[in-house]
Amino acid sequence: MSTTVSSPRPGTPRHAGAPDNPAAMSAKPVSWKTPVLLAAFALIALVFFGFLAPNRNASFGISTGEDFFQLPALDINAFAGGIVLSALLVGLAAYSIYLKTKGRPAPGWLTVTFIVLFVAAFLIWVVGGARTPSISLAGLIAGSVTLAVPLVFGSLSGVLCERVGVVNIAIEGQLLGGAFTAAIVASMTQNPFIGLLAAAVAGALVSMVLALFSIKYLVNQIIVGVVLNVLVSGVTGFLFSTVMQEDSDRYNSPPGLDAIEIPVLSSIPIIGPILFRQTLVGYLMYIAVLVVWVGLFKTRWGLRVRAVGEHPQAADTLGINVNATRFWNVTLGGAVAGIGGSFFTLVAIDSFTKEISGGRGFIALAALIFGRWNPIGAFFAALLFGFADNLQSIVTIIGTPVPSQFMAMLPYLVTVLAVAGLVGKSRGPAASGIPYVKG
Amino acid sequence: MVRVLKLELRGITKRFGTLLANDHIDVVVEPGQIHCLLGENGAGKSTLMNVLYGLYEPSEGEILLDDKPVSFRGPGDAMAAGIGMVHQHFMLVPVFTVAENVALGAEPTKAAGFLNLDETRRRIKDISDQYGFDVDPDALVEDLPVGVQQRVEIIKALVRNAKVLILDEPTAVLTPQETDELLDIMRQLKSAGTSIVFISHKLREVKEVSDTITVIRRGKVVGTAEPSAPTTELASMMVGRAVSLNLDKAPAKPQEKTFEVRGLTVVAPNGQHVVDGLSFDIARGEILAIAGVQGNGQTELTEAILGLQERVSGSVTLDGKELLGRPVKEVLKAGVGFVPEDRKVDGLVGTFSVAENLVLDLYDKPPFAKGISMSPAKILENAKARIGEFDVRTPSAAAAAGTLSGGNQQKVVMARELSRPLRLFIASQPTRGVDVGSIEFLHRRIVAERDQGTPVMIISTELDEVMELADRIAVLYKGRLVGIVPAGTSRDTLGLMMAGIPPEEHAHTSQAGQRPASTPDAEGDDHV
Repeated sequence: MSTTVSSPRPGTPRHAGAPDNPAAMSAKPVSWKTPVLLAAFALIALVFFGFLAPNRNASFGISTGEDFFQLPALDINAFAGGIVLSALLVGLAAYSIYLKTKGRPAPGWLTVTFIVLFVAAFLIWVVGGARTPSISLAGLIAGSVTLAVPLVFGSLSGVLCERVGVVNIAIEGQLLGGAFTAAIVASMTQNPFIGLLAAAVAGALVSMVLALFSIKYLVNQIIVGVVLNVLVSGVTGFLFSTVMQEDSDRYNSPPGLDAIEIPVLSSIPIIGPILFRQTLVGYLMYIAVLVVWVGLFKTRWGLRVRAVGEHPQAADTLGINVNATRFWNVTLGGAVAGIGGSFFTLVAIDSFTKEISGGRGFIALAALIFGRWNPIGAFFAALLFGFADNLQSIVTIIGTPVPSQFMAMLPYLVTVLAVAGLVGKSRGPAASGIPYVKG
Repeated sequence: MVRVLKLELRGITKRFGTLLANDHIDVVVEPGQIHCLLGENGAGKSTLMNVLYGLYEPSEGEILLDDKPVSFRGPGDAMAAGIGMVHQHFMLVPVFTVAENVALGAEPTKAAGFLNLDETRRRIKDISDQYGFDVDPDALVEDLPVGVQQRVEIIKALVRNAKVLILDEPTAVLTPQETDELLDIMRQLKSAGTSIVFISHKLREVKEVSDTITVIRRGKVVGTAEPSAPTTELASMMVGRAVSLNLDKAPAKPQEKTFEVRGLTVVAPNGQHVVDGLSFDIARGEILAIAGVQGNGQTELTEAILGLQERVSGSVTLDGKELLGRPVKEVLKAGVGFVPEDRKVDGLVGTFSVAENLVLDLYDKPPFAKGISMSPAKILENAKARIGEFDVRTPSAAAAAGTLSGGNQQKVVMARELSRPLRLFIASQPTRGVDVGSIEFLHRRIVAERDQGTPVMIISTELDEVMELADRIAVLYKGRLVGIVPAGTSRDTLGLMMAGIPPEEHAHTSQAGQRPASTPDAEGDDHV
């Protein structure tokens, strides 16, 4: 909080309420929360990933067979690696405690580095103790991105809605609606691209119901959202049993979207499969994240959208139509989530089943908060959840000392920790969830 | 090059349901004039301006610009026509920078809708230089003091080439010095050819800066006046009957000091010390007024005494007994009467009847209750007595308190708190949003309580009220006591204290016209 008012005019007394009061600054203590949490996790790492680690090698494959040059697999002794990494973690925690005693908060890089090292230590420990102590790092990361695709679209939908002041609990319903429509339309037309388009329309339609009730009729947005989720789940479930299952060749066998490989670039180890060996939906994801970010923070549209979500009355007094802005943004958000839903039926599995979205709309909501209502933040948050999801399935396959039920908890555990404010307090748009009534 | 506008409102009527907020109002604002709309809270001034600004559609009547009728479908139309408005509650997005706030709605853009904030920064700098505003375009609005935020609002209007600028109660949030600076800015704007509609109920400011005054009462224009008209005449036009502006109170006869505050500190959830080591005492038969700009710890101070704040340290004693750490009910039982700053939130239950509101703190004690049952007859009897005594204008004792006017609601709160024997009386903003006629009455009741030998603490952000009621004045700034000065201290001195400058530093500032070298915060406690 630096001083934002440059020196007052001569003769002007200091303004009351100026934020640069040194007394007020020193009175605001740095919280013990982060250093204590870091210390606790560092100790866990030291005991479990360090001292209790098995003395054998964990092997991490880096290259896939399609890469244009091969890197050797990384072999790490689980015990040595665990000790080194957890020592580093203890060091970082100690440094944050030292900073705290000096009255300074832990910097952002420290927390991020801590998380990365902790995950690395965990990986070495888990793989080292597995029946087959070897996994493909490239596969792990590429799989994380794939699993994150619907989450990214869902949280982008959340960003678009919440930034304009409407809480979108209906992401789950929009994903499910998109998945169902993509399946049935692509099956009937035998064209996945038309299915993709139809998914966007379906998501937008679900969103329009949310927009209509919450903006025009001022119904509580959370309630409309929850009701929509139940409605979409019911309708798709009903149509699945009555229509799709009756003639699944005709209604539930959509042609999938194939991965489009970009020559040369797709053969770069690790990065290649992530960025350049994706389906259309995957590429759209990267584009959507960038477009929404640039749009929100660099354009006139974004400035207005954010103003409507923060202080709708101010926007109104400047001639911006608050409710129209909200309506169209929520609709757009629904279309984005609908595209995310098509991932389930056009990319992941080539057919629709009941509840195929499996609660990912709610994880997307968590990613939105963890990512601080920022498209890029939400992208990385979704990636983290995708990583946790993928890790648990891979680790279960290679057989670990940890019961698989605990591993299955991982994505949700990460969600809870993230939303509980592990990375500081996040502040959403001020007018989110509050309907705007003139006057 | 200067486009001047003549603005005329002709027969403007605005109804909200059955409520007639504006009744055939005619106002003409001549080009390059400061035209004041004077009226009490709730007289319909803001409604009229919202009609002019396109936020409300008038039920009848028309708006003329340079004698041509216009109709505004929204604020965008009004702005395009050259009308700008600074609202009473600022219309600024707190998390945006100054430049983003100024650009919003009329954004200069490059190709494809990309923002061109450099252009906005340049405009802000031009206007800042012209009027000496000194505003950093890249500062976040939420970090700026209110006075600077107000300038951002003015810049917003000027960037849109406003030729008529509406200022809605602009001085309500300012210290006296900031008010003087604002009046200077208004004069500068006028000389640059901008007409100003100045909405206020503060007579001194109105007389100082206006060219013409239109007085509005209960939605109607009741007359026009020259700024040279005597204050009492303006006040009686505003209220509709003769009012005495001076409270002729007898000098205080302070007795023993029964209320003592020592080192009172309140820590906010964010760790800030919102009340920081306050020490003062109040004698029986004395009124101590706590002055200060809103948000300098007043709310937390009263709530701490009442037991409504957590994380409080220090000591508060009444008649030798410690109040801190005791539940609210016990504090009230110790004889503390409390009028909270927001009667609608903390003072009344709007949907309860007047009679019920009058016994909110006594409902469970005889004679109003017997065992687990209440005695409606006694409650009604009490209500009738209080309504008569405090001249509460209500259709009946059974009317919902929320339906009364602000002044009458405040009388209900005051009647309840003063209707039992008190050992300490605390009133926060006792006359906020109350009509001038009721103010007089409420002030007399407060002085009467003092004369009965009760220590009285008044918290007010209105300097006029402080100067009128106080026997001693304590000034709060950022939770600290800048000093305690006797009644009769000059308005200038108090104003500087409200900006955090202790009394003995004033000699330097007022003579040399320079800002004090040191920040005042460190020495705050030395003058107690």
